[in-house]
Formats: sequence, structure tokens, C-alpha cells
Amino acid sequence: MIDLTVNGAAARVDVDPATPLLYVLREDLHLHAAKFGCGLGQCGACTVLVDDRPVFSCLMPVGALGTRKVTTVEGLGTAARPGDVQRAFLHEQAAQCGYCIPGMIARAESLLRKTTTPTEDEMRTAMAPSLCRCGTHKRILRAVRRAAVMRGGGVVDAAEPVT
Amino acid sequence: MSRSGITRTVIWAAIALCVGVLVFAIIAYRPAIAAVTRPDPRLFDAALVARGANLARLGNCVSCHQSAGGRPYAGGYPVKTPFGTVYGSNITPDPATGIGKWSPAAFNRAIREGVGRDGSHLYPAFPYTHYATVTDSDLGALYAFLMTRPAVHAVPPANTMIPPLGFRPLLAGWKLLFFRPQPIASDPRQSAAWNRGRYIAETLAHCTACHSPRGLLQQEKRGAEAYDGGWSGGWYAPPINARSPAVRAWTVDRLDAYFRTGLSTAHAAAAGPMGPVKYNLARAAPADVRALATYYAWQMRNAPAARVEPPLPDRRALALQRHPDGARLYEGACAVCHEPGAAMMVAGRPALPLGTPLHEDNPRDTIQIILKGLRPPVSARGPYMPAYADALDDRQVAEIVAYLQARHGTGPAWKDLEKDVAKAREEGE
Repeated sequence: MIDLTVNGAAARVDVDPATPLLYVLREDLHLHAAKFGCGLGQCGACTVLVDDRPVFSCLMPVGALGTRKVTTVEGLGTAARPGDVQRAFLHEQAAQCGYCIPGMIARAESLLRKTTTPTEDEMRTAMAPSLCRCGTHKRILRAVRRAAVMRGGGVVDAAEPVT
Repeated sequence: MSRSGITRTVIWAAIALCVGVLVFAIIAYRPAIAAVTRPDPRLFDAALVARGANLARLGNCVSCHQSAGGRPYAGGYPVKTPFGTVYGSNITPDPATGIGKWSPAAFNRAIREGVGRDGSHLYPAFPYTHYATVTDSDLGALYAFLMTRPAVHAVPPANTMIPPLGFRPLLAGWKLLFFRPQPIASDPRQSAAWNRGRYIAETLAHCTACHSPRGLLQQEKRGAEAYDGGWSGGWYAPPINARSPAVRAWTVDRLDAYFRTGLSTAHAAAAGPMGPVKYNLARAAPADVRALATYYAWQMRNAPAARVEPPLPDRRALALQRHPDGARLYEGACAVCHEPGAAMMVAGRPALPLGTPLHEDNPRDTIQIILKGLRPPVSARGPYMPAYADALDDRQVAEIVAYLQARHGTGPAWKDLEKDVAKAREEGE
């Protein structure tokens, strides 16, 4: 049995400790925001927050979590009451097919928990490990800049203004 | 001693001190070289510029003369030393903040003698100890290349040296002790490629800056200890001489492929500070890269693997028994790519036990590669590995490393792994 905390709630699952966190989230806890993309830590679709850091959940053995808390996009808001990063993504219409977006949002959330006033370069570096095959990066970056403003900060040398 | 005796002693001591200061000042003094108007970039011969571009790539200049996210050659990369941090300078032709006002004479003096245009001594983080023997014609080509780069107005952060090392004339003392340029005479018993490789390696490429141990004052150890392995940016640069810990021979072909693609299928991918080196070499003249490969295959000709390539141990059951936590973590975090039959193995990536880090006498590179992963620059292709610094804590990384060494290693068991993981996080880049 493995105990973990996901989106503020305690959970107990009966799995091998080497099982990737992603499988536990999707199959045992029925949280389907984080996606299986490559399974090799290359695409970022599975990114979730572990404490405040972005982690590829496909390569995170669930037994390695210890007391660290997991946050998925489900923990950042609901369809009825989306969180600020989600609202920023909606406002900028950042999703094309949407498969990468939960990972992108988790990555943006992690960045903004660290600082609400990143530089353009810090923002791009933070977002870089997540890939988007549709090519909506420009809109995704706009959404992150907007979310930073919504949190009371803003990208200090923003390549584009938030309007 | 009588009062007059004491007075006499004091006077003589004062005189000796004054003479000492004067002698040192004379030794340390270098005149400024007059500023010139920035040369018109259109006046440089295109072939000369192209030759300079190749030399700059072989010399890996941009690694220190570009900050993360900064413009090429505009400086700003922090070189951390035990005595403080030195930032790479702006070597674009911007007259105000770069080297736009430098004449060829000022440029040559800086490269060969480590003295700036204004006469100040340069910190040996800039490896002029190697550049002293670069040929005139190569310096001319490098000058042409740099003077035709886009001028970037950028001032790198100020160096943070511990007192009194911010006082640059002291570097004249360091030079007296350690700066002994040796001309590189061609060796007629060796091939042209070998001689060319040695010239590049020992001058512009300055490989020993990372791959040789350093002394108390950060001077590189030469002679018998050259290429015995050193430290760079929190990573270990392994020996690349007869003490190479590689378990497969470094042949000319393998080194050539490693330099050009960043991957030797008989060893592993270049990682850490070697990453930028390979991306620069990938764009250098193939014949020069081959020459470097020729020289280093010769340097490692007496390494154990050059004589006999040992069988690769896979003590899976034993490793599992000794490090069950590490085995479980490996299973969940690493096996999907690295276990025999896994996707990346089928795609032709080298097997884990081929990687030199597992056979080094310290665990640092194995730790760093897990923490930092491998990430090709935006402008290039290359091997990739996700970073685990955010996913695993120090103890977990230590468990995996212990498991891997128990399973595949060939050296004595590493100790204090968890402590070294913490240190690696702190020092690594």
C-alpha cells in the first residue's frame, strides 16, 4: 500500500512502488488531466507538480514521492471555476488539440510559484521541456505572461505586452 | 640593539620594501595599447573570416564568452573558481563594451600574454597559458572572425574575486610562477594529422583546462600529470591518457564520431561541460576534428581498454539484493529507456555499462547526469535525457547510483553518495 497526497486529498493505492505516478493518477485515482505522451520523459504531456516543482509523472516512481504532495491540473480549478493559469490559457486560446496543455499549465504554475516576475528567458527555459506538436507556443507563452500579470507580477522583459 | 641600530634596521627594511614594490611594479607593468577605430567588417577577406570561424569553434570560445540566453561572444558566462567567479568578457566588436577598439597588436597580446588592451593582467580563467603558442596566421584569422561578428553592447557582471585578488597586478606574480609557454615543435615521427591534432589540442582547444588536475593556485598540472582528470562546473572531466577509465577503446573513429555527433555508440553521450564542446566541434572542419581524434586516440593508446576490452558485468540479482530501494527507483525512473530491450536501446543508444561515468573513481558524473540530464541546445540536434533534479531527492539519487555501480561498475564502491549528491546540486551547472 502506498499513501500519497493528491490535490490536497489523502489517497491510498495498492500498487508496486516502481509504478509511474502517471499510471496511478489516471488508472487508480481517475485523474485524467496528465497525459501519456511518450513515456520517456521527452514530451512533457505528463507533467504534474510534486511539491512546487514540475516533474514528468511518467518517470516518477510512485514510491519515491514520500511525503511530497502532488498537484495536477484538477487541483488548480474546475471547468466551472477555472484557476488563474487556466483562465489565462482560455483567454489566449492557447490550446489547439489540447493534449500538451495540462503539462504546460503545471509547468507555468510551477514557474509562477517560484516567481511572478520571471524574465522572458526564464519563462521560456521553464516551459521548454514541454512540447506542443500543434505549434501553439506563441499563444502558450502569451498565456503564461498573462497568468503572471493575474498573479500581481508580470514577465519583466516581455517580448509581447499583455493586452 | 641600540636605538640607532633599530632605526638603521627600520630604514633598511623600508628601503628593501620600496625596492621590492618597485621591482614588482616593473614586472607587473604593461602599457596600454592605443585604441583604434573599429575596423570596417567589409574589409576582411571572407576566406580569412571562415578560417577564424573554424578556429573559434575548435577553441570553444563561445562557451565562456556567452551567457545562458545571451548573445554569442557578448560574454557573461560565470567561471567559478575557488577564488571567486570570473565572467567571460564581451569579445564582440562593440567599441564601448567589447573589443571594437582593439588593434591586432592588442588582440594578439591579450591572447598570447593575458594582458588587456588597457594593460591590465587577465585572470588565467582565460586560458592564455595555452594560447601563447597559437600561430600568427591563426590569430589573424580569429581577429578577422571576431571583428566581423555583430557588435553587441553588453557589460558582463563584475568579477567577484576574494580580496586581494581583485587587484590585477598580483596576476603578474602568478604568471612568474606558472606561465611558461612551450613552443610546440612538429614531431616528424608522427603523422601530419597527429601533429595538427596536437597543435589544436594543446593551444586553442585547451582540453587540459578541464581534463588535467589543478594545483593550489589553480595552475594546471603539466608533465606526467597532464590529462589525469580534473573538475569543471561541478562535473568530473575523466582522465584522457593511459589512465582513461573507459571500458571500450577510444579509437580514432570512435573519438571522431563522439566529437562530431556527441555520441560514441561504444561509450556514451557527451554531457555536462563537454556538451557545448561537441556542439562546437560538430561545426568545425571535419579534418581538424579527425586530427583531434587522432591525437587523443594516441594519448589513450596505453589505457586498459585500448589493450583489452573487458566483459561488461551485469550483476542484477546482487545489486537488487544490496540496494533494493535503488533497484525499485531504477525500475520506475530509468528502466523504460535503459534496460536491455527498452525503446531507446532498440533505437541504438549505448547500454548503461558502456558509459565511462560508472567506471570512474568517483560518482560525480553519474550523479550529475541523473540530476541534470542531457539537453541539446535549441539550435542543434543531439542525445536527450530528462533531468531528475526535481523528481528525486538526494537519498533517492544516491540509491540509484549505488544500485547502478553495484550492477555494472568495475571500480571500488563509491562512498558518501548522498553527501556528494547534495554537493553536485550545489556546484553543478
